[in-house]
Amino acid sequence: MKTMIRAEHVSIGYKIGDFKDIGLKEWTMRHLKRNYHVESFMAVNDVSFEVQEGDMLGIIGANGAGKSTLLKAVIGVMEPREGHIERNGSVSALLELASGFDGDLTVKENAYLRGAMLGYTKEFMDDTYGDIIAFAELEDFQDRPFKQLSTGMQSRLAFSIASLVQPEILILDEVLSVGDGAFQEKSAAKMREIISGGAATILVSHSLEQIRELCSKVLWLDKGRQVAFGDDVQGICGQYEDFLEGKLRTEDVDKAG
Amino acid sequence: MIQKLKQNQFLFSELVKRDFTKKYKRTILGMAWSILAPLMNLLIMWLVFNKLFGNNVDHYVIYLFAGQLVFSYFTDATNLGMSSLVGNSGIFTKINIPKYLFLFSQNVSSLINFGLTLLIFFTFVALDGIPFTWKFFLLVYPVGCLIVFNLGVGLILSALFVFFRDMQYLWGILTQLIMWLSAIFYTIDNYGQTAQYLFLLNPIYLYSRYFRKIVIDGAIPTPQFHLLAAAYALIAFGIGAWMYKKYNHEFLYYV
Repeated sequence: MKTMIRAEHVSIGYKIGDFKDIGLKEWTMRHLKRNYHVESFMAVNDVSFEVQEGDMLGIIGANGAGKSTLLKAVIGVMEPREGHIERNGSVSALLELASGFDGDLTVKENAYLRGAMLGYTKEFMDDTYGDIIAFAELEDFQDRPFKQLSTGMQSRLAFSIASLVQPEILILDEVLSVGDGAFQEKSAAKMREIISGGAATILVSHSLEQIRELCSKVLWLDKGRQVAFGDDVQGICGQYEDFLEGKLRTEDVDKAG
Repeated sequence: MIQKLKQNQFLFSELVKRDFTKKYKRTILGMAWSILAPLMNLLIMWLVFNKLFGNNVDHYVIYLFAGQLVFSYFTDATNLGMSSLVGNSGIFTKINIPKYLFLFSQNVSSLINFGLTLLIFFTFVALDGIPFTWKFFLLVYPVGCLIVFNLGVGLILSALFVFFRDMQYLWGILTQLIMWLSAIFYTIDNYGQTAQYLFLLNPIYLYSRYFRKIVIDGAIPTPQFHLLAAAYALIAFGIGAWMYKKYNHEFLYYV
C-alpha cells in the first residue's frame, strides 16, 4: 500500500513571549533595557507516524497537546525544527472552518476563492461548484454575502468544498461536529466514501465515539509528546479514556500501541 | 517565482477579484473617487504653487502632474500593500499558499488606478499642446521599473508590519518626507551640481524625472540613468523577496 504521509521524529518549535503586537519603538526600548523575552518551546516533540492509502488517522489528546501544531506542519504552514514530513499527494485541509472566508463576498465568490486556495483550477471549480452548493444545501443563498449565513451553514460550505474536490489527503480539525444531525450523518457518509476512494485522512476530534467509529489508526499526543500510535483503535481509545478518568498515567502506556 | 506564479494563476485572479470587490464595495463611485482624489490634489498644488506663489516653469501643470502621478502610485501601492500579510493572516496560518500573492493582488488595483491616471495625464499633455512622439513609448521603461520598485517596497513593508505594528505611522511620516524631497512641485535647476546628483538617490524623483525628460524636454535620458532606474527596482525587490524567503515560516508566530 502506498504511504501518503510519513512523519519521522518530528519536533516543531513554537515561540511565545512579549514580541507580539509591539511596535518598533517598544521593541527598541525593550532591547535597550534588556527586557525583551522570547521563549521558544517544543509544541510537538519527537512524533512519528505513517498514514497509508485508505487510512483514517485520528489524533487525540487534551487541549495544548500539539494536535493543531502537528496538523499545521503536515499541511506545510509550519516547518518541523527536527525530523521531516513526507507528503505524497494533494492536500486539502480544513483547519478552523470559517477562516479564509470573507464576510463581504458572496457564497459563490467565497467558494471559488477557497477552491483556488486549496489548489484547484478554474475549470475544476466550474464543474464542481454545482455539486458543492447542492451538498451544502445552500442553493438559495449563493448570492448572499457570506456574513449573513449562520455558523452551521458556513461550516457546511467549508466541509463541502474540502471534501467534494476529491483530495488525496484530507485533513479535518474538529469539523465533523458541525451542522445539524442530518448533516453530520451526511458528512460522515461522505468521509467514508473519500476513504474508500483511497484517500488518506487525518481527523482531530474530541469525540472518542467518532474516532472509534471512523478511524483505522490513532495517534495520542500529550503535552507535545507521542503517547501511543497504532492501529489498535479500540485499545488506545480505551487507555485514553482511563487516562482522562485519572486511572492511568501516560508513562504507563505501552508505546508500541 | 514566475513558474510558481503560473501555477497559482487561478488563486491570484480570485484574490484580485476579492480585493477589488472589497475596495470598491461594488460601487461605481468608489472607483471614480480613487482617480478623483489625485486630480484634486493636483488642482490644489497647481493653485498654491502656480497661482499663489507664481513660477515660470514651462508646462508647469505637466511638470507637476508627472511628479504627482509617480508619487501617488507609490504611496497608494505601498500603503495598501503594507497590510497585505497581516490582513490575510487568517488564511496563511491555515492554508499553505505563497504569501507574496496577497501583496501582488493588492497591487493590481493600485496599478489600475495608476493606468487610469496615466490616461488623464496624456489627455492633459495633449491639451497643453505638447506633440506626441515615438519617444513616448520609452515611458514603458520607467513604468516597468516603478511597478517592480513598488512591489519590492510593498514586500519589505508588509513583512516589517507583521513584526512592528507601528510601521503604519512611521511609514506615513517617511512618505511625507519623500514627498518633500521628490521635487514634485519645485524644480532643482537652480541648485548646485552636487545637490542635483543627490536628488538622483531618490527613486521617486528619478522615475518622475524620466517622465518629464521624455514628455516636456523630448529628450531620452542617458544609459546610466536607465541603469540606475532598474537598479533601484531590483534592489528593492531583491530585499523584499529575501525577507519573504527568510521569514516565510516565522510570520505565523507574530500574527
